[in-house]
Amino acid sequence: MNALSLAVRDSNTMLRRNLLHARRYPSLTLNLLLTPIMLLLLFVYIFGDVMSAGIAGGGADRSEYIAYIVPGILMMTIGGTVIGAAVSVATDMTEGIIARFRTLAIHRGSVLIGHVVGSVLQCVASVVLVGAVAMAIGFRSTDATALEWLAAFGLLVLFSLALTWIAVGMGMASPNPEAAANSAQPLILLPLISSAFIPADTMPGWFQPIAEYQPFTPAIETLRGLLLGTEIGDNWWIAVVWCVGLAALGYRWSTSSFNRDPK
Amino acid sequence: MTTTTSHSPAIAAKGLRKAYGDKTVLDGIDLVVPAGTVFSLLGPNGAGKTTAVKILSTLVTADAGDLYVAGHDLAADPQAVRAAIGVTGQFSAVDGLITGEENMLLMADLHHLPRAEGRRTAAELLERFDLTEAAKKPASSYSGGMKRRLDLAMTLVGDPRIIFLDEPTTGLDPRSRHNMWGIIRELVSDGVTVFLTTQYLEEADELADRIAVLDNGRIAATGTADELKRLIPGGHVRLRFTDPDAYRSAAVALREVTRDDEALTLQIPSDGSQRELRSILDWLDSAGIEADELTVHTPDLDDVFFALTGGTKTSSTKTDGAKNGSTTTGSTKSDGAKTSSVSLPDQSTKETLR
Repeated sequence: MNALSLAVRDSNTMLRRNLLHARRYPSLTLNLLLTPIMLLLLFVYIFGDVMSAGIAGGGADRSEYIAYIVPGILMMTIGGTVIGAAVSVATDMTEGIIARFRTLAIHRGSVLIGHVVGSVLQCVASVVLVGAVAMAIGFRSTDATALEWLAAFGLLVLFSLALTWIAVGMGMASPNPEAAANSAQPLILLPLISSAFIPADTMPGWFQPIAEYQPFTPAIETLRGLLLGTEIGDNWWIAVVWCVGLAALGYRWSTSSFNRDPK
Repeated sequence: MTTTTSHSPAIAAKGLRKAYGDKTVLDGIDLVVPAGTVFSLLGPNGAGKTTAVKILSTLVTADAGDLYVAGHDLAADPQAVRAAIGVTGQFSAVDGLITGEENMLLMADLHHLPRAEGRRTAAELLERFDLTEAAKKPASSYSGGMKRRLDLAMTLVGDPRIIFLDEPTTGLDPRSRHNMWGIIRELVSDGVTVFLTTQYLEEADELADRIAVLDNGRIAATGTADELKRLIPGGHVRLRFTDPDAYRSAAVALREVTRDDEALTLQIPSDGSQRELRSILDWLDSAGIEADELTVHTPDLDDVFFALTGGTKTSSTKTDGAKNGSTTTGSTKSDGAKTSSVSLPDQSTKETLR
């Protein structure tokens, strides 16, 4: 068996193991879904009238605010779902099973690749679920072409991959699952200080750079543009650079800590 | 298995060193384990047993040493070593979130067995380890003994020729321990090489062809159980008295004895054979000595262990050993050489050493 087919085969085995975990114990994934759905309903139905006053010069109604907020909520869903990856990696690393995997003649990276692919698939499923809730309360894209839908899907997958590698790195660096959940918390909080809920240019001037220079804002703006036809500008390539950079960083971080001698 | 391994030893280590920070865990140990034998690394907690297993099973890299497992250089080709070995670590290496059967199938997949063969192997091993009934239950619900059995069953998927077992019976009840011994003996009869660590002397005595006593990162002694026992003098008959007068008169009558005035016991050197016992009893009868208790003690690995690993106990610390009577070490120290202190490993003191 050559190296690549070994890698694919072992990673696939590890992926099936992780999906089996997710299927047996769905509560972790479902809990992580609660936050974005709750925020979506909260912001639309409770804060919606006030929030929409800040959109489009104050003339927006509720449906326009739904349209504004959904791309951010979808990205936030990804941020939440990858916390699950951090927790399950940390759980694995505290168990003896990892020592067993390390002494098998399998592809070295397959343990982490299995986690990453599993997490990306879970992100896609979560985004579809949250998207369905958004559709149910009235979200509609405005004339997005098939190509734009495809690009939106690609962006969501790329963003999931980037955040997952970071989350896996956090899971590897954490001494236990609880610590992993804590250190991955920023991934679901970061959207709150992005342009997810209100436009960045309505924020206080000193705060705008914080909202501007982080991965969520360009990714959200790009998704918004693809689905709703708003101005994308430079955001698409900034988002791609963020994603590739985070994925590479998380990959290096995770694999180097995995390859280090266990204690 | 390649043909080279049948000629070369299954495991060979020379000058194995490992330090964590400034703490030296293994200080240049040499080991040779011929193929098809059971080798036991025996030592107290913290002696470096687990570290040795971790290094030889490719989990941790050594600081120095020429290490060969299954004929492959550990440093140059760990992946080839991994293909030849199976490891059951000290802590259960099963996936608790999935069932026993799923654990077995996971191993079959990771060994790249064809689907049908994987299913067959899994079913066979579950059957052999008496886990068929529990196969569909999550492994986290298993008892300690069942987890160990599943652990070992998983290790056997892929038919490894060299198996590392790190304290395979620690924490098991006596019945499970004897079951585990039976399983290990079966493996050996199939020609598998077993590298076993244990802190139980009885276990090493029962299972191992060769034993190395590890203490403070060094091999203190190595040999068969019998060879090790021969290193230590100490077979004797012990007489215990309750009446100090009877004790004193016996001590005077029997000159060739070791006295313990505090415990009112006398030790007569003896190899424990029936002939010697009879002559001792005749001698006691003719001298009119009647002890309240007579126990026979032959040297066992406990004696070797405590002597070699510098047991800190002395016979004067307690008299429990005399009451307990069966496992007292007697180094008579007649030669005045630096013999290790005598120990009274009754159950409680042994526990503290583990």
